[in-house]
Amino acid sequence: MIDRRSGPDWLAHSVLWTGIFILAFPVYLTFVASTHEPTIISNGQMPLTPGGHFFETYYRTIFIGASSTTRTPVGTMLTNSLIMAMVIAVGKIAISIISAYAVVYFRFPFRKTAFWTIFLTLMLPVEVRIYPTYNVVATLGLLDTYAGTTIPLIASATATLLFRQFFMTIPDELLEASKIDGAGPIRFFKDTVLPLSITNIAALFVITFIYGWNQYLWPLLITTRADMQTIVIGIKKMIVTSDALTEWQIVMATAMLAMAPPVAVVVLMQRWFVKGLVETEK
Amino acid sequence: MEKRAFFKEKWLPYALLLPQLAITIVFFYFPTVQAVYQSFLIEDAFGTSTEFVWFENYTHLLSQPEYYRAMGTTLVFSAAVTLLSLSSALLLAVMADRQIRGAGVYKTMLIWPYAVAPAIAAVLWLFMFQPSLGVVARGIRALGIDWNPLLNGTHAMILVVLAATWKQIAYNFLFFLAGLQSIPKSVIEAASIDGASRTRRFWTIVFPLLSPTAFFLLVVNIVYVLIDSFGIIDATTGGGPAKATETLVYKVYLDGKLGGDLGGSAAQSVILMIVLVALTAVQFRYIERRVHY
Repeated sequence: MIDRRSGPDWLAHSVLWTGIFILAFPVYLTFVASTHEPTIISNGQMPLTPGGHFFETYYRTIFIGASSTTRTPVGTMLTNSLIMAMVIAVGKIAISIISAYAVVYFRFPFRKTAFWTIFLTLMLPVEVRIYPTYNVVATLGLLDTYAGTTIPLIASATATLLFRQFFMTIPDELLEASKIDGAGPIRFFKDTVLPLSITNIAALFVITFIYGWNQYLWPLLITTRADMQTIVIGIKKMIVTSDALTEWQIVMATAMLAMAPPVAVVVLMQRWFVKGLVETEK
Repeated sequence: MEKRAFFKEKWLPYALLLPQLAITIVFFYFPTVQAVYQSFLIEDAFGTSTEFVWFENYTHLLSQPEYYRAMGTTLVFSAAVTLLSLSSALLLAVMADRQIRGAGVYKTMLIWPYAVAPAIAAVLWLFMFQPSLGVVARGIRALGIDWNPLLNGTHAMILVVLAATWKQIAYNFLFFLAGLQSIPKSVIEAASIDGASRTRRFWTIVFPLLSPTAFFLLVVNIVYVLIDSFGIIDATTGGGPAKATETLVYKVYLDGKLGGDLGGSAAQSVILMIVLVALTAVQFRYIERRVHY
């Protein structure tokens, strides 16, 4: 056995623990702050251990909201974020899998054109065409609707590419066998392609769920009504520039609630997360 | 690569492609064309009349010192985040790649920040560094430094760099680890039989074999800073103080919204798009090369 280490084990352990500590410390502090009274935080006297106001703060955050700024309960924002993330994840996967199926399993005029039309959108993130896209949504009357916050983000070149690549690896014999059994394109999709794609769908789900949950600029532009806000943009409106007014314990509880779902998805679905991340970047 | 077996239905493939293509055309291509068109127009303050002015928005933009300042800010920001997050992620990945106890647990505990939204990451760091109540700010002030990211431009930049780096380490770590684990063990064993020391093995074998991954990550990180930094900057500094953290993407947003200068904002969008297309093209050339390895 050749020794491929480049230093003693304790060095590796201590470097990794330092990394973990630096990554986790801001979240720990956030949690601590969400369990203390607002006065002790704004005095700059917050201790480094949790206080006793956990239930009170989280109850107020979820059901009442920050009183001095927006009055929207964070529970409403969480619902909006969940709807947005789910619609985007499911929508992206659904329309990408059928368009990849069309491109791989059919021959028709303009097949290549269709593929490139989808492919080139990789280079056009919403951040570089903010106002014209906003105008389209406004013209269609979709401001302050779930359709407006989700549909423009549903097109996905990466998901289409991933499915296309995967379909290419499915042996042709499977299609030939299905055809002999008299299966048409829809039955072949339902009985063969879809079951084989389950791991790819799971991987894409993790990535696109996080993408949808963490959207910032788009919901910021499209929503004006407080009850349409997602949690990621709602939190910003709770921070008042003159910090005396900011209810930091509520802000910090909101931050915890905003992080929990996507972090849980990554940790619980780690295998698919890694697969999704590595393969969508190919 | 093409399939030998396929279906011959005439209309079905178009129906399957329709949703994706419709969204793409309505929400991607049409607004992009609009942005290009708008960048050639000047609209008066009330939106009542527009004039086609060719490249005037661009020449005006390129004559403004503020634009170069935003460019400089973007460069400093992306260089700092890329350098910091790549080097710390590489260090962590090299350590996690060793056959030590608990390697799987370490991996889980290092990748979760990927899931945190940039704006939320920004709020966490703002809270720690908030001059009057932040725990870390208290420590810095105790050292005698007048720490105040709300007033001092350099301090504000440090804050957004730290928040952006914190979030990006997880992504880089994962790709470096995958890169390290794909290096054949036999190569490293051969070198150690030849008597190469651990450090030498890293710099002469592991590091060069990792360079495609590093290059790929470099491009991804630059794009991340260019685009995703929006949430970080908007949630912490709002481009301030005194425009010290106003990056190119943030300026597109501010000029179009508060400034009402849609033509100028569109011209900036077009320039950013060109930069992105160039970066993506570079990335694809790299992928082609990787396939030939």
